[in-house]
Amino acid sequence: MIRRPGRLALIAVLTAAGGLLVTSALNDTLTYYRTPDEVAADPTLARDRVRLSGKVVPGSLRRDGEVAVFQLADGGHEVTVRQRGMPPDTFREGEEAVVEGRLGTDGVFHADHVVLRHGNEYGPSSPAAPEPTDAR
Amino acid sequence: MRTSTVDLTAATPRGAAARRTAAWTAGGLAVGAALAGGLLAPADAAQGQAQRLMYLHVPAAWVAYLAFAIVLLASGAYLIGGDLRWDRLARAAAEIGVALTALTIATGAIWGQLVWGTWWAWDPRLVSTALLLLAYAGYLALRRMLADRTGGRDGGDREVARPAAFAGIAGFLLVPVVHLSVVWWRSLHQQATILAPARPPIDSRMALALLLAVAAASAGAFCVLLHRLMRLERRLGAMPERTAPSPAGRDPAPNVPARVR
Repeated sequence: MIRRPGRLALIAVLTAAGGLLVTSALNDTLTYYRTPDEVAADPTLARDRVRLSGKVVPGSLRRDGEVAVFQLADGGHEVTVRQRGMPPDTFREGEEAVVEGRLGTDGVFHADHVVLRHGNEYGPSSPAAPEPTDAR
Repeated sequence: MRTSTVDLTAATPRGAAARRTAAWTAGGLAVGAALAGGLLAPADAAQGQAQRLMYLHVPAAWVAYLAFAIVLLASGAYLIGGDLRWDRLARAAAEIGVALTALTIATGAIWGQLVWGTWWAWDPRLVSTALLLLAYAGYLALRRMLADRTGGRDGGDREVARPAAFAGIAGFLLVPVVHLSVVWWRSLHQQATILAPARPPIDSRMALALLLAVAAASAGAFCVLLHRLMRLERRLGAMPERTAPSPAGRDPAPNVPARVR
C-alpha cells in the first residue's frame, strides 16, 4: 500500500495524464469532419490531414487507373477528391461520403481512405412501396 | 420493497410460475421479432440487407441504457433506504448493461464494415459508447476491488455498496452524452430515428420489427436480471450481514461459497 500523500500525487498525475489524452483525442473526434464550404472559406484547414464530408456529386465519379476521382459538395461548394484505392461497394453518387487526406496546393483533395455516411431514414427500394421516398 | 420483483425472485411455486411466464413472453417476442425483422420488413433502399442488423444493434443499445438507468435508480434507493438488495440489483443490472454495450459495439462494428466500409471510426458516438463500456466495466471492477480489500462480499457488504452506489450514479452521466453525441457533434453515425424529436420517415414494417425486437430484448434482459438476482440473493442474502470489523467479526460462513462468480 502506498502512503497517502504518494497515493494522492499518483492519482493527480494519472488524472492529469488521462485528461490530456482524452482532450487531445476528442479534439479530433468532436470535429469528426470538415465540409467543402469550410474548406473553400479557409483552405489552410485542410493542409494537414483532415476528414472531409459531403455529398458525392452525381455524374462526377470517374476512374483514373488506381484512383477514383469525384466531387464532394456541401453548402454550395464543391471539392474535387482524388481517392487512391477503390471505395467500398456501398459507395454511390448522391450519397454522403467522408474521405480522409489533405488538400493539395492545386485545390484537389488527395484522400487515401473513404467511408460512407447514411441517413436515419429507412425504407424499401421497391417501387411498390406505399410512401414516396426521395432516393432513399 | 418492490412487490412485483420480490414475487418474481421468490423461491416459491408462484414465483417460479411467474418467472416461467416472463421467459415464455420473452421467447415469444423474440420469435415475433425474428420473423418481422427477417421476413416482414423489407431491405433498406440505401443499405440493403445489412440494415437488418438494426434489429439487433438498436435493441442492445436501448436495453443497455435501460440497465444503466436501473443501476442509477437502485443505487439511489440503496443510498436512501440502505437495503442491500438494492445494491445487488444495481450490480446485476450493471453486468447486463456491460454485456449489452459490448454487444452494441460488436454489432455496430459489423454494420459499419458493411455499410460505412470501416469496422471502427473515431467518431463521437463510437468513442462515447466505448467510454460508457469502460465506465461500467470499471464500476464492476471497483466493486470487486473494494470487496477484496474489505474482505467482504460483492453485493453483501455496506463498505462496498456505498462507494459503488456513488459510482453507479456518476456513471449514468455518460448515457445522455452517448445518446445526444450524434446531435451535439459531427458524426459518421446517423442520428436517432425513433427516439428523435422530429421523427424522420421509417417504413412501418421496419418500425414494427424494431419495436418487437426492443420488447424482446427488454423481456429477455429482465429474465436474465431475475435469474442473476436470485443467484446473488441465494449466495449473499441468506448470509449474516458483515458488521463493523472487529477482530473476531470475520464470519466464516461455512456452507456458503465465499465468492460469487
